[in-house]
Amino acid sequence: MTIDQILVIIGSISFASWVAWYFWFSEKKAIMIKSGQDGFQEAVIKVKGGYSPDILIFETGKPIKLNFIREETAACSEEVIFSDFNKKATLTPYKTIPVELKIDQPGEYGFQCSMGMLKGKLIVH
Amino acid sequence: MATKDIFNKSYAYDPVCGMRIKSLSKYFIKLNGKVFEFCSENCQHEFETDPSKFVNKNDIKSNSYKSTSYGLQKLQLPIIDMNCSSCAITIEKAVKKLPGIKSATINYVTETAYVDYGEGEVEVDDIVNAIKRAGYKTGRAVLKLSVNGMHCGSCVSKIEEELKKTQGVISASVDLGAETVLINYIPGQIEVYKIKNVIEKLGYKTSITSGVINNTFEHIEGKRNKKTDTADLHAEKNVEVDENQLVREKEYKTLMNKFIFAGILALPVMFFSYPTVWGLPDQFQLGSPLLRYIWIAMGLLSLPVMFWSGSQFYTGAFAAFKNRSANMHTLIATGITAAWLYSTIATYLPSLFPQAELADQFFDVVFVVVALVVLGMALEIRAKGKSSEAIKKLMRLQSKTARVLRNEEEVDIPIEEVVLDDIIIVRPGEKIPVDGIVIDGNSSIDESMITGESIPVEKHTGNEVIGSTINKTGAFKFKATKVGKDTALAQIIELVEQAQSSKAPIQKIVDQVSGYFVPAVIILAILAFAGWYVLGPAPQLAYALIVFVTILVIACPCALGLATPMSLMVGVGKGAENGILIRSGDALETTQKIDTIVLDKTGTITEGQPSLTDVITTNSFEEKELIFLSASVEKSSEHPLAEAIVNGASDRGISLTDPKEFKAIAGHGVEATVHDHKVLLGNKKMMDKFNIELGGLQEKSTNLADYGKTPMYVAINGKAAGIIAVADKIKSDSKEAIVQLKDLGLEVVMITGDNIRTANAIGKLVGIDRVLAEVLPEDKSFNVQKLQKEGKVVAMVGDGINDAPALAQANIGLAIGTGTDVAIEASDITLIKGSLKGVVLAIQLSKATMKNIKQNLFGAFFYNGVGIPIAAGLLFPFFGILLSPLIAGAAMAFSSVTVVTNANRLRKFKPKLK
Repeated sequence: MTIDQILVIIGSISFASWVAWYFWFSEKKAIMIKSGQDGFQEAVIKVKGGYSPDILIFETGKPIKLNFIREETAACSEEVIFSDFNKKATLTPYKTIPVELKIDQPGEYGFQCSMGMLKGKLIVH
Repeated sequence: MATKDIFNKSYAYDPVCGMRIKSLSKYFIKLNGKVFEFCSENCQHEFETDPSKFVNKNDIKSNSYKSTSYGLQKLQLPIIDMNCSSCAITIEKAVKKLPGIKSATINYVTETAYVDYGEGEVEVDDIVNAIKRAGYKTGRAVLKLSVNGMHCGSCVSKIEEELKKTQGVISASVDLGAETVLINYIPGQIEVYKIKNVIEKLGYKTSITSGVINNTFEHIEGKRNKKTDTADLHAEKNVEVDENQLVREKEYKTLMNKFIFAGILALPVMFFSYPTVWGLPDQFQLGSPLLRYIWIAMGLLSLPVMFWSGSQFYTGAFAAFKNRSANMHTLIATGITAAWLYSTIATYLPSLFPQAELADQFFDVVFVVVALVVLGMALEIRAKGKSSEAIKKLMRLQSKTARVLRNEEEVDIPIEEVVLDDIIIVRPGEKIPVDGIVIDGNSSIDESMITGESIPVEKHTGNEVIGSTINKTGAFKFKATKVGKDTALAQIIELVEQAQSSKAPIQKIVDQVSGYFVPAVIILAILAFAGWYVLGPAPQLAYALIVFVTILVIACPCALGLATPMSLMVGVGKGAENGILIRSGDALETTQKIDTIVLDKTGTITEGQPSLTDVITTNSFEEKELIFLSASVEKSSEHPLAEAIVNGASDRGISLTDPKEFKAIAGHGVEATVHDHKVLLGNKKMMDKFNIELGGLQEKSTNLADYGKTPMYVAINGKAAGIIAVADKIKSDSKEAIVQLKDLGLEVVMITGDNIRTANAIGKLVGIDRVLAEVLPEDKSFNVQKLQKEGKVVAMVGDGINDAPALAQANIGLAIGTGTDVAIEASDITLIKGSLKGVVLAIQLSKATMKNIKQNLFGAFFYNGVGIPIAAGLLFPFFGILLSPLIAGAAMAFSSVTVVTNANRLRKFKPKLK
């Protein structure tokens, strides 16, 4: 085996490991949302190629308001679906589209675009 | 109102525009000893031309809302959702607690609150809020107007104050930035044009920005500004439908332009990239200086292709990368970047390669992959637009205006202003604006858009009409019973939207896979690169790169992600078109698994109301005569079965006459004289009482009773004339539907409270072998459970009220809808049309949809499962086949379009009803 082959193998394995770590095992940033004066736990979620923030932490039993702002026209992100609650919203680009929820059961609830390419998560406890 | 008198020190009301003005105004008229004041010369002039118009109007209005001269305000407020008379007391108490309330009366029947209160002591809004706190809604509407010409903050308060002073307006808030004003008002007390007038009188121009807003205002806990937000959202909802459509169109056009740009440039690139294939002369072959210049040109042209045509791949990939996630864009962006980097080095710095033959370029991959994937995305938008057509069609059904009787005048008003109990006039060919009950006139109505039933339905006084259906023949008046988001149409739209956003359990596999899919593909591509570099044939680097790019390009996470939701969307939409409302993906998936179907007898197999079924004559009486005489007698009776006989006569075209000397004998029957004939109608006891010889009739009567019918003896002039039997008739298509259910391989079971003999007889008539008879209503759900214990997957069909527990217990509950009640809580599927055929259709549709989903999933998994290994070169050692990245690009682009197109095939679903 030549040196370049060994280098390619080492390089590929480390790159592949990094991909696995980065996308699967690295810790993702979660944002804690506190309730405001009006009792709503309100967050702004930017939609552009993904949801940012995409992991949000809420308290159970208090109303949640997610203000989606879609900053792109790509068709993928047109709809956001909360399938646990049979809820969806059509995100008109560059407009604030609020989605209101009230979650009484602690747990993790995913939300996603219509084809599941973009994903986010609500952690409620 | 307009009258000025000594008690009113500072204010008067303009009788023309209704505005409150400072007294004494510059503009006034004395008429019949009263002084009328006006805000402007215009109003005064209008009044002068026809004073009676305004004076009389005030008199009519005085019942609904007025301020008396000494500051006492009278308010009339419609209230929604009052279910009991005790509600009225609750509301009264709540309102009376407020300061400044002189009196508060709530009329339960008219669902209206009449409140007298002191001006300035309490606001209308406080009263509305007190009612809300008591747990009830007030009928109010929200209007959003755009106002032009506001330049300063003072304009805001000026408009707000003026509006708040206006009768019928509850609150108004101006948004200076957006140049809009949001008004809460009581429909029926003030019309939109009057509100506009008020603002226009102040010198501003108005226009309705978004027309529609929900009519009955949702009761929301929390602060006032929250409510305004919600109203805003509702206001925008309808506009968004169009706006999103525009965005989609624009996106489609942009993508098509991007495709055309990349596609045109791809042609020469393809031409010069394969000089040997096209047999080009030597100067264009690899290694020639001319070709190198062409490569340099390609390299330059590739930049706009990558960063304009393919810009969405990079922005999408970058955004996902920041979120530590990866998607289709990540794959494409990585793939084309790798190909581009290699080609650029080969073009500009060929000396970096250890061997000269490695210095080849793959710019064609960049051009072709970008062009094809972008084309695929564009086609997908088009195809997806079709998938959601069903719900768009439903949304378009809503009519915009209604012709309502207000103050004994017919006025055309926007649909949002229609309130409960409004009398609405519908002419032939017009759309019925909201749900209601016919109070005058009759017509035939095309309800196909809601129920899926293509034959028009006859409607008479007392019948329910459904909003957004079309009146065919006659003109009629009806009373609105459901408005705004309570109408059947609004509820259908909501149910369909909810179902379309739900997840079918089958989707769970996809969800598990898709979380790992893209990074796994990237890892596989890297490992394949290493594998080819180490083990592959020469030139290794070039092969390794091709394999790496091909794997990334061919993998299609979108096809996986689209497979289930697309079919679900089309399937649920198709159901709604046929009057079948499927509550969720779960319901759809379970429906195709059922093996046993339990049918409730009353109202499901049968009509649920008695009708005239049999007429037996004896002693040479004519059937027509018998019906004529007995129905004429029953005309005066109040017995529920009497109506069935009278209707039976009119269905047979027999006109009746009024009976004389009508007498009802409790527990026996009735007697009367019709056209000098003495008619007796009743049971055996009745006949015995009058010593009527029954002969063979008695046996026939027992026979009828065995079939669950109610026979009544008829005697004319002291002689037995025959039997008239009334029964809950079996629906005309029940038998046929049951045959079809059996053809679907289902065990059909009938459940009823009837005695075993009757139940069996009916079961035989409709072709049901297994009959559960003498079941008390509360035991129905227990019987369903027993069937489930036998290991069966059970569907229960019944009405949504009495059978609710059984519907909930069954694996799938199908509720037969009654008119405008579509959101039946206990059911998984609601059939708007009350026919059993709907059940057959629902099962067929769920089977078709699930089949479609499985095709899609199989296609998507198979495509990726086979495509990726081939791209990795699995076939190369055996057959020497290696996939070109160009073909991979084409495959990827059309895989997701194929999924959507396959889902759209469901739109052509036709029920297989024989």
